[in-house]
Amino acid sequence: MVTAVDMTPLDTAAIRAQFPILEREVHGNPLVYLDNAATTQKPQAVIDSLTSYYSTMNANIHRGLHTLAEEATAAYEGVRQQVAELIGAASHREVVFTRNTTESLNLLAYTLGARLQPGDEIVLSAAEHHSNLVPWQLVAQRTGAVLRFIELNDDQQIDVDTARAAITPNARIVSVVHISNVLGSITPIAEISQMAREVGASMIVDAAQSAPHIAVDVDDLGVDFMAFSSHKMLGPTGVGVLWGRRELLADLDPFLGGGEMISVVTREESSWAALPHKFEAGTPNIADVIAFGAAIQFLNAVGMDAVAAHDADLTAYAVERMSRLEGLDIYGPADPSERSAVVAFNYRDIHSHDIATILDRSGIAVRAGHHCAQPLMRTLGVPATARASFYLYNERSEVDALIDGLLEAGERFGFDRGA
Amino acid sequence: MSREAQNPVDLDDLYRDVILDHYRSPRNRGLLDEATVSAEGFNPSCGDEIQLSVAILDGTVNGLGFGGAGCSISQSSASMMTEALEGRSLVDARQMSAHVQQMLTDDSFDLDAVNLGDLEALSGVAKFPVRIKCGLLAWKVLDQALANASGEHVEDDSDIPTRVTSG
Repeated sequence: MVTAVDMTPLDTAAIRAQFPILEREVHGNPLVYLDNAATTQKPQAVIDSLTSYYSTMNANIHRGLHTLAEEATAAYEGVRQQVAELIGAASHREVVFTRNTTESLNLLAYTLGARLQPGDEIVLSAAEHHSNLVPWQLVAQRTGAVLRFIELNDDQQIDVDTARAAITPNARIVSVVHISNVLGSITPIAEISQMAREVGASMIVDAAQSAPHIAVDVDDLGVDFMAFSSHKMLGPTGVGVLWGRRELLADLDPFLGGGEMISVVTREESSWAALPHKFEAGTPNIADVIAFGAAIQFLNAVGMDAVAAHDADLTAYAVERMSRLEGLDIYGPADPSERSAVVAFNYRDIHSHDIATILDRSGIAVRAGHHCAQPLMRTLGVPATARASFYLYNERSEVDALIDGLLEAGERFGFDRGA
Repeated sequence: MSREAQNPVDLDDLYRDVILDHYRSPRNRGLLDEATVSAEGFNPSCGDEIQLSVAILDGTVNGLGFGGAGCSISQSSASMMTEALEGRSLVDARQMSAHVQQMLTDDSFDLDAVNLGDLEALSGVAKFPVRIKCGLLAWKVLDQALANASGEHVEDDSDIPTRVTSG
């Protein structure tokens, strides 16, 4: 077993001080927020950005000729540039703002998917969130395309061999999760991108759980498209990102039609605005995009490598402590170094909803259930799991609180506290 | 003063000994060969599921058996239900179902007005809003089964989908 060494370079006390919600109590106990894979908390800078926008700058963007519209447009487009730099995109024109990861993936399913022919293959994995499964099921029903799945290996990971087995010359689209929201396993995206390229398939990565936790670079990953969400990385809800290679995005038809996405409109037909506006019909979520910029600034100031190191250290500590609990099963890779900041588990024969209810009374927030990954639950052979997930403001003392809460749940269900 | 400070909610209100006992040692677990009607239901938000088989003879519930998987509240609710309904008339059974569902959803429900026996242990569920559906599941499945036995069709418009599987 790996013994976790406390080598976190982060000053978590200073970081925590910037998240007002971490001061609140839940049922008389300090909040221990371990549901970061669902959504993360927001620093004061993000909250201030929202109120500042509405207090000083509120205007519709891109078409106003007055000062407020100019300022709001510059702020909104500035975040596009920030996102491009964060993920190593060649141009801000490759960054499209959507509502969330789900919408980004649906955009691709509708536009890329429209080109599929019967017998074409869409390759997903056994670990997909419903957001990277259901849109493709709809496409398959419409077009006659076939879904294929990369299976998990014996260590509950997607590896190069299981990927190779699923990607055939008929593959037209490969869309795979980067970090599983249940297993925490990290998919070898660069290698899978290479396989997709060899058979001429478009390569999409669902980075909803990776972009918040590790440095992601679209060139290193070798992907064609990437989707992720603001709200899982300190930003507001209601903002998603779709990144795509410029020539590929340019080649796609629009997803939604309306204002902002057009160039010339006649009664009969229209021509499209330049990228990325072609994919941003209607007034976008201006305030939340601008506040997402404050979140990216916060993460940049900390440094994504420091965030990743902190998450890895804390996750290793959690896995080590949880593994010592009798009757506790952890899902995902056995080696903590192959796992991101997610630990799904079951304890004794106590259902995960009972675990979550009992932990909540001690102020500890975890997720319980199928995590929007019902097929994966079936693959794992469990109806549900509990899940603790960490971020840069979490500390070892909160893992300790989780362990105490689990022991208390065990006692309530008639088990000794044990070793 | 918060609502919780005025009316503290304790985990003991939810996890009564009777509930934990039925969860660990379920009664009437297993489906009946002699069932006259069977139904099932599940809770899509959490995955709890219950299958129920009921043997009805001359307007009386002659036997019940259940299967499924889920949390302590969903499974103990089903176990207690099968014990409580044995030997009751269809009319009684449906009335009891209505009372239990009121109790599960209303934390000011007057327990003294009815006699629900062990099922009263489920009254604390109403104080835990996110767990109410867990408690209701078995009873929604029962309603579906008994309606079918009475020749009625229940339009399933709840968040807890149920259906008759045989009968």
